[in-house]
Amino acid sequence: MIRAEHELHKRRRGRNFGVGALLLGFAAIVFGLSVVKITNLGPTEGFDHVARPQLEMRAADQDAGNGG
Amino acid sequence: MSDASLHSTPISGAAAGEPELRDYFALLKPRVMTLVVFTALVGLVVAPVPVHPFVAAVSILFIAVGGGAAGALNMWWDADIDAKMRRTARRPVPSGRVSPGEALGLGLALSGISVVMLGLASNIAAGLFLAFTIFFYAVIYTMWLKRWTPQNIVIGGAAGAFPPAVGWVAATGGLSLEPILLFLTVFLWTPPHFWALALFVKSDYADAGVPMLTVTHGPDSTRRHIIAYALILAVPALAIAATPIGGPVYLVSSLALNAAFIRGAWIVSRRSTADAEADHFAAEKGLFKLSLYYLFLQFGALLIDASLRSAGVLPAWGWL
Repeated sequence: MIRAEHELHKRRRGRNFGVGALLLGFAAIVFGLSVVKITNLGPTEGFDHVARPQLEMRAADQDAGNGG
Repeated sequence: MSDASLHSTPISGAAAGEPELRDYFALLKPRVMTLVVFTALVGLVVAPVPVHPFVAAVSILFIAVGGGAAGALNMWWDADIDAKMRRTARRPVPSGRVSPGEALGLGLALSGISVVMLGLASNIAAGLFLAFTIFFYAVIYTMWLKRWTPQNIVIGGAAGAFPPAVGWVAATGGLSLEPILLFLTVFLWTPPHFWALALFVKSDYADAGVPMLTVTHGPDSTRRHIIAYALILAVPALAIAATPIGGPVYLVSSLALNAAFIRGAWIVSRRSTADAEADHFAAEKGLFKLSLYYLFLQFGALLIDASLRSAGVLPAWGWL
């Protein structure tokens, strides 16, 4: 019979919890960075198969600016 | 084989010497990391481009992790000489608590993570600069020059001098005069700082066969080198005051600290080994202690000036 609890688990408990905390911290950092990067992009808008006159006007302005 | 015998058998190599999390942390040279964190923070904060506080904190964290990775690679490569020196014999690898392969693996993994994460958090240039810094410390200094030339500390000092410039690049995406002067300040500060230490712990380096200047050229030559570097160091340190990141607090602090450092180095340079042994290396120990305050206070003064500038105090005084 194999016991789930081995003395190795007890010995390494502190280390395993530490690694777990580091991984959680890393996930929190990646999540936080994603939130900051996305919120700092400003309002974003793209074509989503619905007529958006403001997108067309912006494209026209850019064309005019490029001499097109 | 019974269940009892199976579970009472210790796993090989995992007896009393089982590594704990703090042993892996010790591989990252936490004391060196504090210098890296502090100087990188100053480089990032004094840069003229505002950085989101979370991005700044993450950038500093991964610059520190990169510095730690370089430390782990250094401990992996230098385990043989670390075992011979009293100051380093209790490090995780020479003491047997962490295997050399684990130190190498941790160093490589953290190098990759820190470079990628700094690149993602700030910009690609900062990530590449950090990668170069790790390579410089782990390969050029540790593997190539440390055991080959008595100028090892001078070259190794460059690796420790990169973090403020990496912090600046993380904020701005490019280099300019200010981060180069910050680099030169730490770069020229490192040799007199370590040589002052080497003067009173020289027997350790001699035992390990590391060509420290005190071993190859003797203490008198080392003392002359210390005063020479202290004089040259004052040039970039004071020049920072004339750049846009300098301010009145930095100017006054830098004048006082450089005068004190040159005075301390001059006293050390005029002493013989007999003088030093007579008072148990009091002047050398004093200079080493002063060198720690020197760097901390100069960079701290830059932080104070940056705070005064952003609060509108310096412009109100007519100081741009």
